[in-house]
Amino acid sequence: MTELTPQSIDDLRDAVAGALATGTRLELRGGGTKALIGAPRDATILDMRGLAGVIDYDPAELVLTVGAGTPLAEIEALVAGEGQMLAFEPWDHGRLHGAAPAATIGGVVAAGVAGPRRVTAGSARDHLLGFKAVSGRGEIFVAGAKVVKNVTGYDLPKLAAGSWGRLFAMAELTLKVLPRPRVEATLAIAGLEPGQATTAMAAALGSNAEVSATAHLPAGTMQGAPLTLFRVTGFAPSVEARCAQLPKILAAHGAVQRLAEHEGAALWDAVRHVAPLDAPTLWRIHLPPSRAASFVAPLAAQGARWMMDWGGGLVWLGWNGPADTVRAAAEAAGGQAMLVRAPAAIWATTPAQHPRQPGVMAIEHRVRLAFDPAGLFETGRFLDLTNAD
Amino acid sequence: MSIQMPLPDQAVIARKDEIVAALRAIVPGEGVISEPAELLPYESDGLTAYRQPPMVVVLPETVEQVARVLRWCHAQQVKVVPRGSGTSLSGGALPLADAVLLGMGKFKRVIEIDYHDRVAVVQPGVTNLAISQAVEAEGFYYAPDPSSQIACSIGGNVAENSGGVHCLKYGLTTNNVLGVELVLMDGEVVRLGGRQLDPAGLDLLGVIVGSEGLLGVVTEVTVRILPKPETARALLVGFPSAERAGQCVADVIAQGIIPAGMEMMDRRAIHAAEAFVNVGYPLDVEALLIVEVDGPAAECDYLIEEIAAIAKTNGATTLRVSNDETERLAFWAGRKAAFPAVGRISPDYYCMDGTIPRRRLPEVLRRMEELSQQYGLGVANVFHAGDGNLHPLILYDANQPGELDRAEAFGNDILRLCVEVGGVLTGEHGVGIEKRDLMPEMFTATDLAHQQRVKCAFDPELLLNPGKVFPTLHRCAELGRMHVHHGQLPFPDLPRF
Ligand SMILES: Cc1cc2nc3c(=O)[nH]c(=O)nc-3n(C[C@H](O)[C@H](O)[C@H](O)COP(=O)(O)OP(=O)(O)OC[C@H]3O[C@@H](n4cnc5c(N)ncnc54)[C@H](O)[C@@H]3O)c2cc1C
Repeated sequence: MTELTPQSIDDLRDAVAGALATGTRLELRGGGTKALIGAPRDATILDMRGLAGVIDYDPAELVLTVGAGTPLAEIEALVAGEGQMLAFEPWDHGRLHGAAPAATIGGVVAAGVAGPRRVTAGSARDHLLGFKAVSGRGEIFVAGAKVVKNVTGYDLPKLAAGSWGRLFAMAELTLKVLPRPRVEATLAIAGLEPGQATTAMAAALGSNAEVSATAHLPAGTMQGAPLTLFRVTGFAPSVEARCAQLPKILAAHGAVQRLAEHEGAALWDAVRHVAPLDAPTLWRIHLPPSRAASFVAPLAAQGARWMMDWGGGLVWLGWNGPADTVRAAAEAAGGQAMLVRAPAAIWATTPAQHPRQPGVMAIEHRVRLAFDPAGLFETGRFLDLTNAD
Repeated sequence: MSIQMPLPDQAVIARKDEIVAALRAIVPGEGVISEPAELLPYESDGLTAYRQPPMVVVLPETVEQVARVLRWCHAQQVKVVPRGSGTSLSGGALPLADAVLLGMGKFKRVIEIDYHDRVAVVQPGVTNLAISQAVEAEGFYYAPDPSSQIACSIGGNVAENSGGVHCLKYGLTTNNVLGVELVLMDGEVVRLGGRQLDPAGLDLLGVIVGSEGLLGVVTEVTVRILPKPETARALLVGFPSAERAGQCVADVIAQGIIPAGMEMMDRRAIHAAEAFVNVGYPLDVEALLIVEVDGPAAECDYLIEEIAAIAKTNGATTLRVSNDETERLAFWAGRKAAFPAVGRISPDYYCMDGTIPRRRLPEVLRRMEELSQQYGLGVANVFHAGDGNLHPLILYDANQPGELDRAEAFGNDILRLCVEVGGVLTGEHGVGIEKRDLMPEMFTATDLAHQQRVKCAFDPELLLNPGKVFPTLHRCAELGRMHVHHGQLPFPDLPRF
């Protein structure tokens, strides 16, 4: 497989224009940590890692502009050095596939990756303020801006986040950064059944004790009993007050214990990286939290392993059973199932993303053509090309 | 009055009776308004300098009616302008002489509230405040709080991606909406998003929010609701200069504090507000900051002390802390009444809405003062200081010949200045017609073409809210053209789906 390795946005434009002239399909790739997601394809790899580096970082303005190929780890270290963070808690998919961390910020945003804090702080979409890109027309363009508040023109950054490289090649991203909480504490209730856990998590999220994340690990996920986690972050006096308040708010749901700091941190790291689930086939299901428990029950009865994040709004499901069963169950619960890890045979026939209504798929298709009229970025990875026209 | 709207199509206007009759067949009774006198209440939105009675107003009550109206207009190539409560400050809901004005005011129902999933499903005509009121008893609220919240509709908020004083901490509309039902110009009804976070596929919902009524008509909105913070407290801080106030804001954020709101007013705005509401604003300062923190009482108490210390370091000359709700609300009273207060010191005012990187504030204020001298018009400044969103209020008198034109020219120069220092034309009010012709200050023709093709993906005949947002109306076919190699598109084998 050939590779193109642009080192500047002009290189990138030339690479896209060249591909357009020769009829070459391009797969945008950062660190390649999500390359295993999607159907097998035969495309020229456009390696974005040459477009790396910090372009502008002004902590007081809460704004960071970086090259799309900059490693996520490098950005996290940089902002941590200023007492800040990417609040959507992006994470490296390398671990999901047993590979070393290598994610780039462009890849993380294009895949819409977000961690446990997503439930309260938003996702990649909520933190991408602007970008510079080369579209499938071989043209450089910008959208959004480099300030935290802006409604000038269409919000194309929203389209960029989660676009999986199918609209344009982002060269430069401007992200909103936020102060990193000074203190982090984890509270836990042991022994809850799934339905009790989602109710307890809803009670915490619906209270003014402000948990920043809440997750549930069923029996046997870590060791022994089910564990429902509540993360409390912020300034020390506030964290202490809320850690005292939460056991009262959750009294009806079970006894609340405060975990040691390192223990809590390790658990959140495991949740964020889906560490406990090692089935070859892994699904990510986004659904209304109130439906999570009834969604998992019948699948668990068939041997599926699972865990919940985002107060139940995200269910990770490790199960090698039929894709149709998972998707039908997700849909019945008002949600959608994305396939993130699977054996090659399954990838060949199962679309990674949950199919949308035909009318919505048709709009998506027209929007893709708007940026990429020749289908340059259509590698066949997503198995969702409809006969919309 | 420098902004030109597209020339009305006289052939369409000549068909008015037929159009009215067709709409009456879809929306019976008083839902269709065509008498010239009855059209007047709809002739403008919050940008009142621009007025144009619509050809006809239709006020549907069901999604089915909306779909049929749009389908009919699409088939007949009749333009449509959607309208919520008509409070847009950028002329987004300005009617066109040859278009149907589609008012969503009858969509007033709160459909469902789910406290477990923390969402409210509402019709688009429900006001922003009514959502908070509907969930108040259970201790919840809807966070984005535009000052117009008693009047503006959630459909309008979605279209404008509206903000409020609390959006520094809680985000704009886009960060608080989970799903919409949308009717496309051809009458097709689609649902985008739902109650889950980050739905599959392209984030079309994300581009609908802030699309200013150009992509589809929103007929249902699912919003996130949040538990009300336990307490809120505010500081009122006066500074001898805007520089010092600006540095205080930067230092607060550098300390890792994101206040619930952080507002700044300049001398003229302070004096106007104090004369109007009499709440004890200091009159001997150049800049006033209102900083609000919310959350657990322990957090508020802690942050108030931290912020007070930062303010002192930056040379604050007045520093008051709210000790109860009455006091907190009094601090806000002047800021919340700033627009009407300015309305008392000047016959007319024109509200601008640029955003700048905060560190450029002193320079921008200085150059704004120079422009004020140059144009011979006063300006009062209120400012969402935390996120750099400026609201300069230009003072003028529409009865003085030429003053409106001068106010507009002054306003345009302020917005150019915002872009020049690295900011943007609009932070929350939208482009509408007001900033339409300034879009090239921020975007190249190529940038704009990439945005306009999204419009083409939703409304290829450009029938929905034309003349807004984009300075030039390119036909979609023209925008779609691409220079191709040897007259052939690549991948001749690729099915064109
Ligand atoms: C005194 C005052 C204070 C204000 N303060 C703020 C503030 O603090 N923050 C802020 O952000 N804004 C503020 N605004 C501006 C305004 O209130 C907002 O833009 C508001 O969201 C407009 O809502 P509306 O229902 O009045 O919409 P309208 O003015 O009726 O319409 C606005 C736009 O939305 C479109 N639209 C309306 N409904 C729909 C629908 N159902 N489907 C598709 N398109 C639709 C229209 O075509 C138009 O383009 C203020 C306005 C005033 C007059």
